Amino acid sequence: MSTPNSHSELRVENLCMTYHTEDGQDVHALEDINFNMDEGNLVVVVGPSGCGKTTLLSTIAGFLAPTSGRILLNGEEIEKPGAERGVVFQKGALFEWLTVYENSVFGLKMRGVDEAKRHERVMNYLDLVGLTDFVDTPIYNLSGGMQQRVAIVRCLANNPSILLMDEPLGALDALTREKMQTLILKIWKETGKMVFFITHSVEEAIYLATDLFVMSARPGKIMKRYKLDFCHKGLEKDPRELKSDPEFIKIREEVLSLIWSMEEETAAHAG
Amino acid sequence: MEAALTKFKNFLGFAAEDDFEKKKTVKFGDPSAAGQGRKWSVLSLIIILTAWVVLCELEIVPPLFWPSPLAVLEKFWTIATEGYRGHTLLGHFLISLYRVMAGFLLGTICGVLLGIAMGLSSVVRGLFDPIIELYRPVPPLAYIPIIIIWMGIGDGGKIMLLFLATFAIMVINARSGVKSVSVEKIHAAYSLGANRWQVLRHVILVNALPEIFTGMRVSMGVCWATLVAAEMVAATAGLGWMVLNAARYLRTDIVIMGVIVMGIVGYGFDMIMRLLEDKLIPWKGKT
Ligand SMILES: Nc1ncnc2c1ncn2[C@@H]1O[C@H](COP(=O)(O)OP(=O)(O)O)[C@@H](O)[C@H]1O
Ligand SMILES: [Mg+2]
Repeated sequence: MSTPNSHSELRVENLCMTYHTEDGQDVHALEDINFNMDEGNLVVVVGPSGCGKTTLLSTIAGFLAPTSGRILLNGEEIEKPGAERGVVFQKGALFEWLTVYENSVFGLKMRGVDEAKRHERVMNYLDLVGLTDFVDTPIYNLSGGMQQRVAIVRCLANNPSILLMDEPLGALDALTREKMQTLILKIWKETGKMVFFITHSVEEAIYLATDLFVMSARPGKIMKRYKLDFCHKGLEKDPRELKSDPEFIKIREEVLSLIWSMEEETAAHAG
Repeated sequence: MEAALTKFKNFLGFAAEDDFEKKKTVKFGDPSAAGQGRKWSVLSLIIILTAWVVLCELEIVPPLFWPSPLAVLEKFWTIATEGYRGHTLLGHFLISLYRVMAGFLLGTICGVLLGIAMGLSSVVRGLFDPIIELYRPVPPLAYIPIIIIWMGIGDGGKIMLLFLATFAIMVINARSGVKSVSVEKIHAAYSLGANRWQVLRHVILVNALPEIFTGMRVSMGVCWATLVAAEMVAATAGLGWMVLNAARYLRTDIVIMGVIVMGIVGYGFDMIMRLLEDKLIPWKGKT
């Protein structure tokens, strides 16, 4: 278990993942993935659909054991899911029978944290995402954006070393999505946690990332890595202005054409 | 007062058609454009009652076959106060209720437990699947002969019968309720630090509640129908028995009264289950 002042880091070493499908084929979903993450890193992964993004996240989360290679979080090898790795799903992972507060406090309750302490922590994070007025609202009465905020809060309440997010904004409308991007930056800045973020929106990726990985499909590899710093300006500058910055657009077009060329290649192979 | 009157009018469907409804150009086939039609329900009830009274007054049908509503009401009163063959109406009802409740509760408890085990473990599922699939399609009434041979015509046999009817339904519903949980919820719970037992109790079971409850509602209806029929075949008391016994002596007024009471009781059970559902599982059908 990580304490707030211990240093966190994630190491992914020679990670391979092969699925054996029912009709006897091997799908090389991940091949030789290597990267390190440190506190303050916000890693964003983009790539054509089916390139292994979810597979990669699932191995870090501990839902899947890799075929070979290993993942170390703060020096310990990952074997199963745990509270030091918070996971935010695209949707459908909140407990609709619980209220906002009950959902947020779920992890702490399961882990036996005493009531006063869990109340303080959860209210703190609910305040951070602006949900204090909705503590007793049932989940099913919330908008999609609010639901995702609850999903983030319930992870943060556990004080994890890393937040893993699999297309967390994928189901939201465009406007809510942009607001949530800024909120994610704010949370990342205030908590200083490592964030591993998957998206299929290149614009979102460039806006958020300190480290952007572009993946290729079959076998799933990290094709290109970018070090970016738009996220540092993201909170001060107007997001729309930032996203129409010439530098921003240049990188966006570069990444997009990279992904496009891969999609075409896959299509050509399939055809 | 004014408000109450408007509310009642709305309930009956006499309220002025709202503006939005009027603007709809396609009404035929649009389910939201077809109202409850309660005013027509009131009309049909009035017609039925009037026809009943008129037919009896004109003595077109002899009262022996078709007694007047008043005679039926009168019988309701006499049997409620003086009783029929040893038990008052309430007595017969309570005897039936006891059988339904005992069979229903036992069947629900056992069925839910086995259904959950089958949903969680492929071993349990494999072991019990053949038996459940074989006996599930059999109409419960088909067991009556064998149950009479084994257990006689006492309460035990009837409780057994209702147990069997409930059990099959509950196993199927509990099993599918357990299976209906999304992987994301399970993964989320483990990632939040829950252990296996907590995942079972706080996620899988709660998630299965709506389907378990649907099973209970269906079972309740089946139990009531099965019991009344079973009491007609073999019993010495109970609402079903009362009706059949009265028919032997051509007491048509008692028969009709009994049938109406059975209908109301069955309807009451369903209403109670629905109320409980709204209270206990408000998240049902919302995702
Ligand atoms: N359980 C599985 N069995 C076989 N193949 C799978 C399985 N899960 C994913 N795959 C395959 O692995 C590849 C990567 O999947 P995934 O990680 O979900 O991609 P992404 O999230 O990038 O869209 C896809 O080609 C997919 O078809
Ligand atoms: Mg995916």
